[in-house]
Amino acid sequence: MNQEPEQIENERLEIKLLLEAIYLKYGYDFRNYACAHTKRRLEHRLNVDSMENYSAMQHRLIHDEAFFNTLLLDLSINVTEMFRDPWVYSKVRELVVPHLKTYPFIKIWHAGCSAGQEVYSMGILLEEEGIKERSQIYATDFNELILQKAKQGIYPMDVIREYTANYQKSGGKQSFSDYYTADYDNVVIKQSLKDKVLFSSHNLVTDGVFGEMNLIFCRNVLIYFDRELQNRVFNLFYESLCPGGFLCLGSKESLRFSSVADKFEVVSGREKIYRKKR
Amino acid sequence: MFEVKQYDAVVIGVSAGGLAALGEILPQLDKRIPVPIFIVQHVSPDSDNFMPTHFDSHCHVSVKEGEDKEPPEKGTVYFAPPNYHLLVELEKTLALSVEERVNYSRPSVDVLFDTAAEAYGDKLIGIILTGANSDGALGLRKIKQFGGLTIVQSPETAEADSMPRAAIEATDVDHLLPLSEIGVFLNSLLMDKGA
Repeated sequence: MNQEPEQIENERLEIKLLLEAIYLKYGYDFRNYACAHTKRRLEHRLNVDSMENYSAMQHRLIHDEAFFNTLLLDLSINVTEMFRDPWVYSKVRELVVPHLKTYPFIKIWHAGCSAGQEVYSMGILLEEEGIKERSQIYATDFNELILQKAKQGIYPMDVIREYTANYQKSGGKQSFSDYYTADYDNVVIKQSLKDKVLFSSHNLVTDGVFGEMNLIFCRNVLIYFDRELQNRVFNLFYESLCPGGFLCLGSKESLRFSSVADKFEVVSGREKIYRKKR
Repeated sequence: MFEVKQYDAVVIGVSAGGLAALGEILPQLDKRIPVPIFIVQHVSPDSDNFMPTHFDSHCHVSVKEGEDKEPPEKGTVYFAPPNYHLLVELEKTLALSVEERVNYSRPSVDVLFDTAAEAYGDKLIGIILTGANSDGALGLRKIKQFGGLTIVQSPETAEADSMPRAAIEATDVDHLLPLSEIGVFLNSLLMDKGA
């Protein structure tokens, strides 16, 4: 039996209205997120909570803030690892760190830091390169709950084997276990790494420039944005970098077709490392 | 009068045994095939882009890794990149995501099939090939619900038969075909439409 294309269109309209309601009521702006992805996340919640349709979901999120917070978690992607794509970190050591070493003070921004795994990976890298003490890492996310988790730096023991393998592939110089203490089923990132990070709430969609960074890490966030929103964020990054500052994107993200493409040079194509032209 | 139905895209889901299975099908495809073909092949997260590179040099059609926001072209095969889900937007552009694994898999066949079914409706052909899990069974059912054409590799010709069997169990599939016939079948189905 054929489903009417009209049904898809109607559903799409309901989702549009729902995203508008989220924006008007809570200020979070998902209106320029990639549709297929957003719909899958909302559909997941629809099924788990056995709701009739997206209009019913809209009604509930307006009247029930706790439900909205659940939905907010559904809509943010929090899948990451320490030293995710290890080859990126070895390229950062090889091509970016030598430049960072020339600065008396180093500012690094992790935009969309999720639960902090990649932030602490950077902290470890800086420590091993001997520049941690003169670095400040700023880690931001729009989701307060996730930021709290990131601050705690507690990760389940069963992912540590994977993280350790990544660390080794990334060119790690110590034993990975030097950087955490085991606590029953969890590990806790050591305090001296946490001390280098300032966590704060920042929304790439609605908030402004974060000043004079030497390096911005923003990986696997922009694939969820449509072209228009991507360009807005690329401009934000351009404005937030010092001249000669570096930008590192996710492996499948690119500046190539963006409005700022000619304002950056490509440092490493596969690793998606770019440098703001002076 | 006999009306030949038009199709706008093909999606293929394949897991264990995929290199050999796709090695049979893809080189048979006519380079003038008038639709794009999207493939989720389960691979390890840190594998390189061997498959698209390999098939691109062994096929008449062009083969590449799907990129975020890319508008798909006819006569081209797009592989989901390792460790990313491949999705199709309603505007028929490609999208990538790193959301949780689905059926323990990223990329997942269900994610591709689910979004492609909504984008292409009854203009979609879905194919499940060899594999040792059940990813794709729900996605193929959705393609059928939306009026698309469903094809499953006959389990006895599959290196691993659980994926075809799971698909057959979930859906009343339109065609069960031995591996050797799938490429030819696609050519005749898609190339005859102007005739």
